[in-house]
Amino acid sequence: MSTIGYKSWAVDMADVGAIYPFQGAEVLMVIVGVVFWVGWHVIQFNRETIELEEARKAASAAQTKAALERY
Amino acid sequence: MDGNLNALTTIFTEFYYWVTVVFMFLIHVGFCMYEVGASRRKNHMHTLMKNVMIIPLVTVTFFFFGWWIYWAFPNFPLFGGLDMAAGSANAPWSETMGTNAGDRITGVFWAAFLLFSWTAASIVSGSVIERIRSSALWVHAVLIGSVWWIIDASWGWHYGGWMVKYLGYHDAYASGVIHAIAGGYALGVLWVLGPRIGKFASNGKPRDIPPHNPWMVTLGIFMIYTGFWGFYAACNVPLISPEVIGGEIVGTTWTATNIYLAPTTLGAITVNFLLSLSGGLMATYIVSKGDAFWTFSGGLAGIIGASAGNDLYHPMQALIIGAIVPVIAYKLHNYVERKFKIDDAVGAVAVHGYAGFLGVVIAGFVLWGAPSSPFEGYAVITPWGQLAGAIIMFLVLGFIPAYVVARIQAARGTLRIPAEVELQGLDLGGQQAYDDAVAEITAASAKHIKSK
Repeated sequence: MSTIGYKSWAVDMADVGAIYPFQGAEVLMVIVGVVFWVGWHVIQFNRETIELEEARKAASAAQTKAALERY
Repeated sequence: MDGNLNALTTIFTEFYYWVTVVFMFLIHVGFCMYEVGASRRKNHMHTLMKNVMIIPLVTVTFFFFGWWIYWAFPNFPLFGGLDMAAGSANAPWSETMGTNAGDRITGVFWAAFLLFSWTAASIVSGSVIERIRSSALWVHAVLIGSVWWIIDASWGWHYGGWMVKYLGYHDAYASGVIHAIAGGYALGVLWVLGPRIGKFASNGKPRDIPPHNPWMVTLGIFMIYTGFWGFYAACNVPLISPEVIGGEIVGTTWTATNIYLAPTTLGAITVNFLLSLSGGLMATYIVSKGDAFWTFSGGLAGIIGASAGNDLYHPMQALIIGAIVPVIAYKLHNYVERKFKIDDAVGAVAVHGYAGFLGVVIAGFVLWGAPSSPFEGYAVITPWGQLAGAIIMFLVLGFIPAYVVARIQAARGTLRIPAEVELQGLDLGGQQAYDDAVAEITAASAKHIKSK
């Protein structure tokens, strides 16, 4: 058994094509990748919304003045 | 790879594109440095993160659908259906997208186009700093980087694209297909986003918001120049035989070609790159009265202005076009800023959008009647074909989609950060944590010394 379809490199390279593991499961792997990507956006968006609201509430005149002076 | 010559050509081509990809990474390094240098200290970590995360987000989406769009859309939807055969060979589940001993070119070719995608998204990122929500920018980054620009590339930067066939569209080094569209896209977002607080006085006069670190800005733009050089090489096919091109070129003499498989040389584009850079630097130095920011940006605008035709121009044409375009872009920037209250923090709309648009149109006059392609039946290059192409890039695929999406985001309250946060700076939380950590470790060290 070999996850890449080859157990030895005693081959003619002219006959060799794909050599990555789990050939045949490409669509499934892409679906996992898309879920990871979309999930990342959802998590980031929700977290950013909370952080911006907290920052808005925490804003003080002194901190704003200090931030402006730092340029 | 039957035969030694075929094997050598394949490996050389694979290595050639690999080198260009590494060079082009400097464009993104430069954009990050430029943006952070141009932002104020209270925002610089947020600004950096906003641009850095463009890299993974555009990369994964370009893998999922961007690359497929390039191959499937050359005639879609106006002049034919989707090219499913070419598209399926470049779909994310295609065997050629993984480690494959039978295909050594798809991966590096994909990567070269991906780096162009980062650039398109990064151009937009710079213009909107210090007030856009990161989540909003990242949606735009995916759209410009993995959808809109690659559609325009399929139409006007593919040897079989309908704009090349029917308009004779010629844009060898992407004045339009990357720069005009990204500049137009940035303008669409800026139009809705609005200026930074304090940018305009009550009488409407724009205020300068100086960079907090001009040296970082300078290094950034020099990195961009360097990466742009790699980009030029990446837009060429380094070595190809007439037989493989399969067009009207006769004989057996191999050649380098542009993206349309029409002949050029690496030497010519290198000279023209340098001359258009020089024209831009010299002219903008004069017109901006030696302003460092605009002089450096003008150099970039000079290259962008000449890029559409730099595969064929004489060096003096590259110099003069490289000088004229940034001057017009600079004047336009000032006019639009005052007239429409557009706060483009890094001048991206001018340097990329206006310069790219003008570059495409000028190529239509200078290269009037030249073949756009080595294939039979294609339209020749004309001013009207180029003007139509420039409008498609800047307005149709750039400004309008950006404006629509930004309006939706604004209506949902997810485009811009709250005014309180904008004033105190996006890095306030991080700055507080930094100050607390410094105070804690300093106190701990002092206590340790005292106990000895």
